[in-house]
Amino acid sequence: MTNSPTKTTTISSGGATSAMRVIVPLQGVVQGRGGLFLGSVIPCALFYFWQLYLKRNRNRRPSSNNNNAESGSSGSTHLPDVSSGSGLQRVHSRILLSPKGTSGQSQVSVRANSVISKQIDSSPCFVGLNKASQDPYDEFSNPDGVIQLGLDENKLSLDLVQEWLAENVSRWMMAEDLSISGIATYQPFDGLLELKVAVAGFMSQAVDNSVSFSPSQMVLTGGATPALEILSFCLADPGNAFLVPSPYYPEDVKWRTGVEIIPVPCRSADNFSLSIDALDRAFNQAKKRGLKVRGVIISNPSNPVGNMFSRETLYNLLDFATEKNIHVISNEILAGSSYGGEEFVSIAEIIDSEDFDRNRVHIVYGLSKDLSLPGFRVGAIYTCNENVLAVVKKLTRFSSISVPTQHLLIQMLSDAKFVQQFIKRNRERLRRMYSLFVSGLKQLGIECTKSSGGFYCWADMSRLIRSYNEKGEIELWDNLLNVAKINATPGSSCHCVEPGWFRLCFTTLSEKDISTVMRRIQKVLETRKSLS
Amino acid sequence: MGFESANNNSILSKLAINEEHGENSPYFDGWKAYDNDPFHPLKHPNGVIQMGLAENQLCFDLTEEWIKKNPKASICSTEGIKSFKAIANFQDYHGLPEFRRAIAKFMEKTRGGRVTFDPDRVVMAGGATGANETIIFCLADSGDAFLVPSPYYSAFNRDLRWRTGVELIPIHCESCNNFQITTKAVKEAYENAQKANIKVKGLILTNPSNPLGTTLDEDTLKSLLNFTNQHNIHLVCDEIYTATVFDTPQFVSIAEVLNDNETNYCNKDLVHIVYSLSKDMGLPGFRIGIVYSFNDAVVNCARKMSSFGLISTQTQHFLAAMLSDEKFVANYLAESAKRLAKRHKYFTNGLLEVGIKCLKSNAGLFCWMDLRPLLRESTFDSEMSLWRVIINEVKLNVSPGSSFDCQEPGFFRVCFANMDDETVDIALSRIRRFVGVKRSGDESNAVEKKQQWKKNNLRLSFSKRMYDESVLSPLSSPIPHSPQVR
Repeated sequence: MTNSPTKTTTISSGGATSAMRVIVPLQGVVQGRGGLFLGSVIPCALFYFWQLYLKRNRNRRPSSNNNNAESGSSGSTHLPDVSSGSGLQRVHSRILLSPKGTSGQSQVSVRANSVISKQIDSSPCFVGLNKASQDPYDEFSNPDGVIQLGLDENKLSLDLVQEWLAENVSRWMMAEDLSISGIATYQPFDGLLELKVAVAGFMSQAVDNSVSFSPSQMVLTGGATPALEILSFCLADPGNAFLVPSPYYPEDVKWRTGVEIIPVPCRSADNFSLSIDALDRAFNQAKKRGLKVRGVIISNPSNPVGNMFSRETLYNLLDFATEKNIHVISNEILAGSSYGGEEFVSIAEIIDSEDFDRNRVHIVYGLSKDLSLPGFRVGAIYTCNENVLAVVKKLTRFSSISVPTQHLLIQMLSDAKFVQQFIKRNRERLRRMYSLFVSGLKQLGIECTKSSGGFYCWADMSRLIRSYNEKGEIELWDNLLNVAKINATPGSSCHCVEPGWFRLCFTTLSEKDISTVMRRIQKVLETRKSLS
Repeated sequence: MGFESANNNSILSKLAINEEHGENSPYFDGWKAYDNDPFHPLKHPNGVIQMGLAENQLCFDLTEEWIKKNPKASICSTEGIKSFKAIANFQDYHGLPEFRRAIAKFMEKTRGGRVTFDPDRVVMAGGATGANETIIFCLADSGDAFLVPSPYYSAFNRDLRWRTGVELIPIHCESCNNFQITTKAVKEAYENAQKANIKVKGLILTNPSNPLGTTLDEDTLKSLLNFTNQHNIHLVCDEIYTATVFDTPQFVSIAEVLNDNETNYCNKDLVHIVYSLSKDMGLPGFRIGIVYSFNDAVVNCARKMSSFGLISTQTQHFLAAMLSDEKFVANYLAESAKRLAKRHKYFTNGLLEVGIKCLKSNAGLFCWMDLRPLLRESTFDSEMSLWRVIINEVKLNVSPGSSFDCQEPGFFRVCFANMDDETVDIALSRIRRFVGVKRSGDESNAVEKKQQWKKNNLRLSFSKRMYDESVLSPLSSPIPHSPQVR
């Protein structure tokens, strides 16, 4: 035992001879001399100093010494000196030493640490978005810029909204009851009743009046993102899980709730529609892992594929949920952006007509997609479960809609004629862009899954990737971004199990731009053909 | 059906079932009473006057005037509509750059230009409520704790604890030294936490204070900063009442203390400010919360979390214009302080006339009333009884000190900035009547005093029953307010 300090200092001196000096005591450990204590101290100390060496050679800001995490409690008993704030620059070792998290004197929370690790910022989504925003394509001023096909925003019909505003703004500004105190003061956190009525009306229109949504079952939130998070907080405890059909567009549901997301793979052979067998398998696997599944989260129309759930699939899903006694959250924020031949079926319609328990179904909605107003932050939770409604009402205090925006939307959405026209024309424009874009890809030999809603197509570029795995896919993505200068979303970012699929959004383009996109993709295809 | 059976609740999360939202506590009874019988000068002149809501309505005319003169600021105007497309489509969680610049500038102005703020550190959140929750999410994990000087804003119990799982440990302040924060009390709270094996991650305070209305002096701030720095814990300063300071001593922001020679060695990464326009500009409906941190990692993390509480770009655009109007801002701040000072003086003098003292305060939208002389006994039960009398007989919704974790019974927070002059007069006259009645009751002998008290209670019994019914029935108010807002 008394030898251990000398041994550790010997190790830290570095140089070739240190290797021998390390091996000798370790041999001693292996042979039983020195015991468990040395056997753990020495490797840990080695590891620690290695991290220190790495850290010193990295470019780090001086203010960041507080961002470093402590070694986890499960491992810290071996490093008593390190954890007592001795002033050593600690390396960000959380992920390496202790997957469980930090204790001791970690400066920020575990959640903050996960952001520091920069794993999010280096994802293709972020890299692509950044590059496109730094070098944005413009037909005239920057014709060689990056064309953004990774942002699912709909710019096709914003002019219709602006038109409405222009026509109505003077009339609206004269309204007597719109005083400053009605806008500036505290209002119910779950939204003004008039806006709930207006949003319920809009939702009903978006589903072609197949359902009549009731404002009293609605809670408004500052966007669909908080709506989903709020429901997660309400329906699951940290460590529980939700099943999510993949591919899915990643949402930040896990982060603060501590809830696990278990992807349920959907396959191209099924046109990426949900198989109840796969759901069941995923549920059982979760159970084996000791994870309690609290619900299924579906997007309908789905993102990134753009397909819709058939009536039958929805019945089967509800049967499944009933059997397992779990919730179903249906994210229907693209309901009004469906353009396919078949009708969109909301899960609300199923529970209305059939004898399913309404208490287990919750719908997330919002105006970011269907009304092209992502900046205004308008989301909604719709549920018939009174207990959930009561809790969600309280939780929405952390993300309420700004009151002036509520008033604007009350006016806009109460104009039934405008809403009807908007939904109709928006669908027409989406349909047109979709077919132009998909046929353009087809001419290049790239097939897409049939989409019936959303702002994107789901393209099969698996024949173009060099190796049939994620690496090959990312390599193609990189090629598309840096050579073709188009930002597409690779399927791996959406947890797709089959490599080579890409999501391409066409709603920020004009019709003219489509040919530019196709030309650029063709360039990449030719390069790859010539090299293979 | 599995769900509809008795274990409907078991299918929800623990968070959904627990009472940590606090809205079933007796402190919301005042709100319920107000919701059932709200005062209106013409329609309900005998209704309950809302004095539990810290809202600043004194300068609406200035804001209204500015809006009329600057139609371009609103996208809902013929002049402003050109910006509509860009604004409606913008959803970057960094926020509009002009908005962040305007907020940083406004924060500088409200601190007399004595510090500068970096727009790149301005992060949005869903109101001050969202901002406070976000900073706790960034700094602490479930099971950790934050120290908080008490009495403190009662909704902290929900906003800082409910979803985060973080505990609050009060630092007790006493009336004998005007509720000032002493190093002794801070150390005691910290050491008790250590003994109980609770990990303290930081200290959060409101400066100017809610509910006290006082500002912290430079020395106290410095010693708090030294303390947190020494123990390597965070210091979060909720400065949402900065511009409600209407009297000396001058407000000192933690940002100023950080620059001071004596304390600039302190680790800036441990200091964070929460801000909002809900109180200073009287715009709580706009839901503007700001997290300003000197720690890059926290800025980064809070910014990503802001997806859960982004501010509508329409609002951002409007405020960028309004807060960049330097002339307007300067005039607004001066006028607001003036009107608050006037209202505060009028109200506290009115209370003094009937022998009710308030803690000497220089900020906030409320005052801290000392009603200890009116208590039957120096107990919290007595305080609650008195409170119920004030709600049901005097018909004023005030907030009892125990809801702010005050350790001494008899203190009440009463808000005065959310009403016009006439309503203030009505409130004061009701208080005068009540105290007069109490006084005449007190003047008779002890036994009779008790009988008088009982008489008062008997007189209340009818309304009490009504009040009980309203408690038992589901909360279905015509104006569904989120209770116990600041």
